[in-house]
Amino acid sequence: MDSRFDVELISVTKRYGTTLAVDDISLRIPRGTYCCLLGPSGCGKTTTLRMIAGHEAVSGGDILIHGENVSDLPPIKRGTAMMFQSYALFPHMSCLDNVAFSLKMRGVAKKERHAKAREYLALVHMADYADRLPAQLSGGQQQRIALARALINRPRVLLLDEPLSALDPFLRIKVREELKRLQRELGITFIHVTHSQDEAMALADLMVVMENGHIRQSAHPRDVFERPVSPFIARFIGSHNVLRNNEGPIAVRADRCWLGSAGDGPHVNGQVVAVEYQGAMVRVAMMTDTGDEVSALVPDQTFYQKPAEPGDPATLVWSPQDTHALLEA
Amino acid sequence: MSTSTLPVSLRSGTVAASGRRRSTRLPLWLVSWLQVGPLALILIVLFALPTILFLVVSFYDYDRVGIYPAFLLDNYRELLTTPATWRVYVSSLRFAFIVWAITLFLGFNIAYFLIFHIRSGITRTVLFLLCAIPFWTSGIIRTIAWIPFLGRNGAFNQILMGLGLTSHPLTFLLFSDFAVIVTYVHLFTLLMVGPIANSLSKIDPALLEAAVDAGASRWRTMVDVVIPLSKTGIVLGSILVFTQVMGDYFVVRQMSGGQSASIVSMLSTQIQAMEYPPAAANAVVLVIFVAILVAGMMRIVDVRKELVK
Repeated sequence: MDSRFDVELISVTKRYGTTLAVDDISLRIPRGTYCCLLGPSGCGKTTTLRMIAGHEAVSGGDILIHGENVSDLPPIKRGTAMMFQSYALFPHMSCLDNVAFSLKMRGVAKKERHAKAREYLALVHMADYADRLPAQLSGGQQQRIALARALINRPRVLLLDEPLSALDPFLRIKVREELKRLQRELGITFIHVTHSQDEAMALADLMVVMENGHIRQSAHPRDVFERPVSPFIARFIGSHNVLRNNEGPIAVRADRCWLGSAGDGPHVNGQVVAVEYQGAMVRVAMMTDTGDEVSALVPDQTFYQKPAEPGDPATLVWSPQDTHALLEA
Repeated sequence: MSTSTLPVSLRSGTVAASGRRRSTRLPLWLVSWLQVGPLALILIVLFALPTILFLVVSFYDYDRVGIYPAFLLDNYRELLTTPATWRVYVSSLRFAFIVWAITLFLGFNIAYFLIFHIRSGITRTVLFLLCAIPFWTSGIIRTIAWIPFLGRNGAFNQILMGLGLTSHPLTFLLFSDFAVIVTYVHLFTLLMVGPIANSLSKIDPALLEAAVDAGASRWRTMVDVVIPLSKTGIVLGSILVFTQVMGDYFVVRQMSGGQSASIVSMLSTQIQAMEYPPAAANAVVLVIFVAILVAGMMRIVDVRKELVK
């Protein structure tokens, strides 16, 4: 059963009555990948995750894990473990019992399973909280317990449903570093559902952007950012200006644009509508004469040499080699 | 100058405003008393005073014509040394246990079905109403309604004979322990459904998935997750059913055909014979007995703590 892929989706479809939540998607996730399923709400990313987990039956297609078709297997037989968005810790059990739960279900003796659970609590730096109830922990601590509980089964694939959404922004960045470190250390595949492109860019080896039940692009975040395939992708991952030229839709990275004059290269004319100081960069938002919203991310030094005010007419310019052609939407 | 006068005038303004408000406001302690007052009054007049009254009377002396203030333990001694008392208590407890077990089983399953299997909110409300509407009818009427159904020539026997399942009418159906239990179950199952459904509705469905994800079977999910988390509802429902059965008067009298007695019917016989002090002693013993049962159940779950959650 050796396969180069941890997870393979083959024409997977999910239908609820007459609505298609996931429409015939195929995806291969190589060994030990940090994969992010990214997309706006209702795009089918959570449904896809739940189908991989076995909490949702597929309406069509197959799911393979390590080359084995698991479409009809219960979660525990798939070698997956899921971390729920609400963490879903059992409120009546101590952290130790929460982590040891799956071992208890396998009939492991109390002493042994508690010893094992303490190991995993230590892995997530929660050894001192073994006897606490979940309600006595902060959101971040609860998440660590949920993580330990998911990992204790030594899953081949860890599934994370918006794991960072309940945390405050500061903690979010810390936890995401930790998730990445853990994934590298364990060497298993993580599939992480999120609607935040920052999160996906920071974490993913494989970024899968979904829309309307379809996979629109799946590649390394850098490839997606540098070569978005469609106007939707370019807009969704942000920091891109989506425009049209004679050949069709194009994308230009906002940080490759500047305010200049028409002779400098490809350009659009418009009016400055907002100026946001962001520290190292200044974002200048413009409305073009054709009604498109565009922006330029300009280094602060450059901007303050020749500042612009909302209301000023301006020309957005970029170099010809930064024009990236998109597929028609 | 103008900057220094502004805060002053603001401050004086707040003083004036708060002063005006304070004059129309009742002192806090009085507000608390007014809030507690109505309920306290009802409980004192309709519950505490009568309880004290029958506690006092239970020690009185009596004869055929009247009752006489005294402090006698005879009423209690007689009550507790009469074999009939023990028989009635054992019989009531047996009913209570059987009915508790059946209503718990039915109530839990109905509640589980309503909460976890019915996805549409409207369907769930309709089904809850179907459970609750019979409660708008008097318990007495719902009890009596079983008589034509279970009787010798009743609907149920007719059906059985019509189907050829039995050649002559079954007689144990009515005026028997069976009839008593059927009636109790019918009357009291909703008392289980309500509190248990309330507890179950507070369980995050993701917990059930988390259990499945960890390899729990349906049964283990029940035992390790659902039942512990619905303990409050189970205990509350159990208390309601137990106290109802122990305090019942009408069902046993109507449905057992005189074959069983209940504690309250024993008490009512004494009242009809104008033996008020023994009746009062009987009531005191029943109250203490039920209180001990309830306290025992409360020990399993701190219902008060769970309810404020």
